[in-house]
Amino acid sequence: MLTLADLRIGEHGEITGFTDEILSLKLLEMGCLPGTEVILTHHAPFGDPIALKVSGYTLTMRREEAATIQIKRK
Amino acid sequence: MANVTRIALIGNPNAGKSSLFNTLTGLNQKTGNFPGVTMDKLTGIWELEPGRNIEILDLPGIYSIYPKSIDEELVINILGNPKHPDYPDMAIVVADASNLKRNLLLFSQVRDLGIPTVLALNMIDVAENQGFVINSLKLARELNVEVAEINAKKGIGVGGLKLAVIKTLKHRYASNDALPLPVSEELIEDVQKQFGEADPYRSLLWLMEHDRMKMFNQEQRESFDHLMEKHQFEPKKYKSAETVRRYEQISEVVERCVINLNRQWDAEPVKTWTDRLDKVFIHSFWGYVIFLAILFVMFQAVFTWATYPMDLIDGGVAQLNDWLKGILPDSPLTGMLTDGLIAGVGGVLIFVPQIAFLFFFISMLEETGYMSRVMFIMDKMMRRFGLNGKSVVPLISGIACAVPAIMSTRSIGSWKDRLITILVTPLMSCSARLPIYTVLIALVVPEKNTLFGVFNLQGVALFGLYLLGFFMALLSAWVLKKILRAKERSYFIMELPTYKGPRFKHVAISIYNSVRAFVFEAGKIIVAISIVLWVFASYGPGDSMAKIEEQVRLKNPTLSGVDLSNKIASEKLENSYAGHFGKLIEPAIKPLGYDWKIGIALITSFAAREVFVGTMSTIYSLGGEVDNENATIKNRMRAEINPDTGKPMYDAALGFSLLIFYAFAMQCMSTLATTYRETKSWKYPLIQFGYMTTLAYLAAFLVYQILS
Repeated sequence: MLTLADLRIGEHGEITGFTDEILSLKLLEMGCLPGTEVILTHHAPFGDPIALKVSGYTLTMRREEAATIQIKRK
Repeated sequence: MANVTRIALIGNPNAGKSSLFNTLTGLNQKTGNFPGVTMDKLTGIWELEPGRNIEILDLPGIYSIYPKSIDEELVINILGNPKHPDYPDMAIVVADASNLKRNLLLFSQVRDLGIPTVLALNMIDVAENQGFVINSLKLARELNVEVAEINAKKGIGVGGLKLAVIKTLKHRYASNDALPLPVSEELIEDVQKQFGEADPYRSLLWLMEHDRMKMFNQEQRESFDHLMEKHQFEPKKYKSAETVRRYEQISEVVERCVINLNRQWDAEPVKTWTDRLDKVFIHSFWGYVIFLAILFVMFQAVFTWATYPMDLIDGGVAQLNDWLKGILPDSPLTGMLTDGLIAGVGGVLIFVPQIAFLFFFISMLEETGYMSRVMFIMDKMMRRFGLNGKSVVPLISGIACAVPAIMSTRSIGSWKDRLITILVTPLMSCSARLPIYTVLIALVVPEKNTLFGVFNLQGVALFGLYLLGFFMALLSAWVLKKILRAKERSYFIMELPTYKGPRFKHVAISIYNSVRAFVFEAGKIIVAISIVLWVFASYGPGDSMAKIEEQVRLKNPTLSGVDLSNKIASEKLENSYAGHFGKLIEPAIKPLGYDWKIGIALITSFAAREVFVGTMSTIYSLGGEVDNENATIKNRMRAEINPDTGKPMYDAALGFSLLIFYAFAMQCMSTLATTYRETKSWKYPLIQFGYMTTLAYLAAFLVYQILS
């Protein structure tokens, strides 16, 4: 299963679902909804956390958190 | 003030809520405290119509009504409880138009609580630059609320907002009876039967968030749990499903009310300034270089520039004391006023410039949006030690004072990360340690020597102590991470706001609040201790004190003038209660190289370490010689002879042992009190006190034994 953690900088993806119930509420509230398009824009040094463009703003999260977001490539 | 109309300002972080608050209230602001919570409450007066003033309450920025951290909890405690003294008559939800869907989520939740709400659309220009045109009239009809277009920063649209607020207050729009996502009607009825009539969504909020709401007692919380069990209601599932449902409804509304020009023209999204700046500020190499450079300037300000106002305060207090001693009769009361109370107040005020400088920088970095980038690039490193990217701010603030630093941990969502940050922050060398470091370093580190011919050795030693504190904080965090059990998972899901120019008014308010917290929270205790200390150092058991003057005169017939009164003062101290305490603990501190005189300083320092220098000058009988106090106390201490060895008392071993002890020991009542308030348990201040003091004792013991 492809997750957000698998994206490389500049790559696009579309959110399809979540694997973690507790994190998913926070992610949903921040606008990471199924069907939303995301673009990976930055890595922090050492590749973690990551920054992505979603719903018109920049959101950061840790790699392990990104791994709970399932995506499909666009 | 019971009949004053109150409006709550609600919105996402960075949506322009604070700008709007400043625009509406101008200088009519005041900070207070929310009952039962130690969180700053910012209220202001807004003239809605000529002769009609209403109160505006600024609430912390949130993304959703469901709280994830302590500072977010406050919002549901007010909005969820109509009996709360700060419960508003209506709400203004400030929404960032360039991020409409996410902002409307919060709006829809607030409206469903049954609070009359106005939607203030901010940053419409930003949205239009991105190619989105919003039909706000249509939006108002679709959402069935008053919508006002505003530009909070420039103060445009206030007239329209006034009209919207007046209309809403007058008509008190009927609240939404339907739940966004239906639940069994019996569940809502059961909640209403037991806890009173309320809008369905409010009843549901009570049910789901009862643990975080202070309006419920333990018994009520248990009955909520029973109800959830009875109806097999799972709040986590419901909240997620509700959020998705709300977004679906919002998307439909937005689809009808917003024209997306990008889609029509198939344009590429524009590269913004923020994108360009981020290429440098969160770069894997330059990001750190810039951060270190900013830290360096901050240190310069706190330790170099702040000394000028500090010298002024120091001199002013000394002059006031001299003047008072001159005009007041020589009595115990005068002594208590000058050497006790005023000296104590002066000891607090002297730190104000450093705290102000530090919070100027921190607030500027937060205002511009840069601080989020620091959190972003530091998270990975901090996480290894059981901390969080967000721990960076408290740790940096800890250089000035641990009290505001610990209060700034509230934004850390994970309890374990927050607790560890609170527990280790006092290891950062605060400004109260600086005078102790200065005196002791001057005693044991030669002034002339330099490292590689460039760096002054004393400066290197001072910097080393700050680094030592920082690394010990990281190390302790790492150990705590292994010991403490996590109740919840740590997470780091955070918005990176766009870069903005700083609003200097916010910076000023932030400086004012931090200084106020220090002066009133820490200040109270420091002043109280100074007075107690003065009493213990001035009085002794029985009539021993009274006889001293006579005895000294008899024993030292050659002494006169200043030398005589110094000798008397010194003998008095030895026989005072403080002197007796010092001798009592001497066996325990002997292995660290300390005698009973240092013992007195240690005991008094346990309430507030900044009294060390003052105690030292009392012990070494300096009395009224206030000018150039440090130089004089240095000389006195340098001249002190160790009675056991016949060599100078303050050699390298003792000096470094004391430095290390002060670097690590938990000697600050105000910090412990703050830790208690922030953790709501005596367990954590006790742990903090225990581990830091043990660490200090062991480290000082090792240093003394190795060096001597």
